[in-house]
Amino acid sequence: MEAKKLIAKRVAQEIKPGMLVNLGIGLPSMVATFVSPSLGVFFQAENGVIGLAARPPEGMEDPHLTDAGGGFVSAVPGAASIDSAMSFGLIRGGHLDMTVLGGLQVDELGHLANWKVPGKMVPGMGGAMDLVTGAAKVVVAMQHAAKGESKILSRCTLPLTSARRVDLIVTDLAVLKPTDEGLVLQERAPGVSVDDVLAATQAKLIVPADVPEMQLV
Amino acid sequence: MKGALKPDAAAAMVPQGASLMIGGFMAVGSPHRMIDALVERGVGGLTVIANDTAMPGKGIGKLISAGLVKRVIASHIGLNPETQAKMISGEIDVELVPQGTLIERIRAGGMGLGGVLTPTGLGTEVEEGKQVVEVQGKRFLVETPLKADFALVGAWQADYVGNLSYTLTAHNFNPIIALAGKTVIAEPESIVPVGVIPPDAVKTPGVLVDHLLLRTH
Repeated sequence: MEAKKLIAKRVAQEIKPGMLVNLGIGLPSMVATFVSPSLGVFFQAENGVIGLAARPPEGMEDPHLTDAGGGFVSAVPGAASIDSAMSFGLIRGGHLDMTVLGGLQVDELGHLANWKVPGKMVPGMGGAMDLVTGAAKVVVAMQHAAKGESKILSRCTLPLTSARRVDLIVTDLAVLKPTDEGLVLQERAPGVSVDDVLAATQAKLIVPADVPEMQLV
Repeated sequence: MKGALKPDAAAAMVPQGASLMIGGFMAVGSPHRMIDALVERGVGGLTVIANDTAMPGKGIGKLISAGLVKRVIASHIGLNPETQAKMISGEIDVELVPQGTLIERIRAGGMGLGGVLTPTGLGTEVEEGKQVVEVQGKRFLVETPLKADFALVGAWQADYVGNLSYTLTAHNFNPIIALAGKTVIAEPESIVPVGVIPPDAVKTPGVLVDHLLLRTH
């Protein structure tokens, strides 16, 4: 399975019925594809809609209805449009059940860095700092390595997005759970061994006796 | 509400070096005709307070491209390479603020509050140089209020007394900045008789609006 699709499919399993969920742009936005409409989940886009849905048919796009990346979207029955103060009140105020964000680095403390590469890329944090600070559950969805370098480190070298510990990290190789003791290797991707994961990871991992394979039906 | 103006007359009110709050999220919900009139007028040294600087050739991106902006306070500039290049060259001074903090700083400015206490940014670069206070056992950053000489509001409908309604994801910063500008200029997509916007649907009361932009004919 293609890496991004595998990650999105595994993250989708974290989404439970009735949740309010915010998906970041890029890979995280793919997660919605794998969430059944029967779950009654509402997706929030922080630019101002609860109940985000897929892009409408060609020619039916409304320039006043976009996602946080500026792409055309539609909305589900029961959707609500809100201003930015309400949108971030939901996020910061603990009303958002889950956010899925991309990452540049995550470390043994569960700290995420995803908004700045000093001297190279300074896009701004947008809503990321509020999302990591305020969401009830924070899931990081990213490739395990970039250009052969592990993105999972003992300590982040890039500026942090938040001092808050994220709840779960899903990569193309593994599912990792940050805990008080460190990063626990909870699952491995299909066809990937524990040794493969350890070899691809700069951070120290806690390896339980049994590390099951991701169940991706 | 003083009445409706042509875009060039509205732009003529904006002096060199003015501070402008401008609505819009990636140019969705921005006051486009007002921006075009400011580019036409060519008055420079502007401070822009907005969620983002859109992209070259769209919305606030046009002010950046025209070289009229000396300072930007925004949450995200990642989709406008010109803003990033001008920041790196020192032409534009950019202050990056988490999106939820930015909207609350504007709200505080508009609502007569002395600032915002937020957990967002604690333990990150955003904390540097700021006061941290403890309230009910929790730590918060003290963020200062923002106001501006002008609020340039993009709206959906306006009526003859300046009441405004917004649509879908074109709300974003607009209803909040309408409180925080000394002079508020609203650009509606249509102007309708009083009563067409029912009182319950008014999101910005006309008492906040100084001028409307004439609709295009």
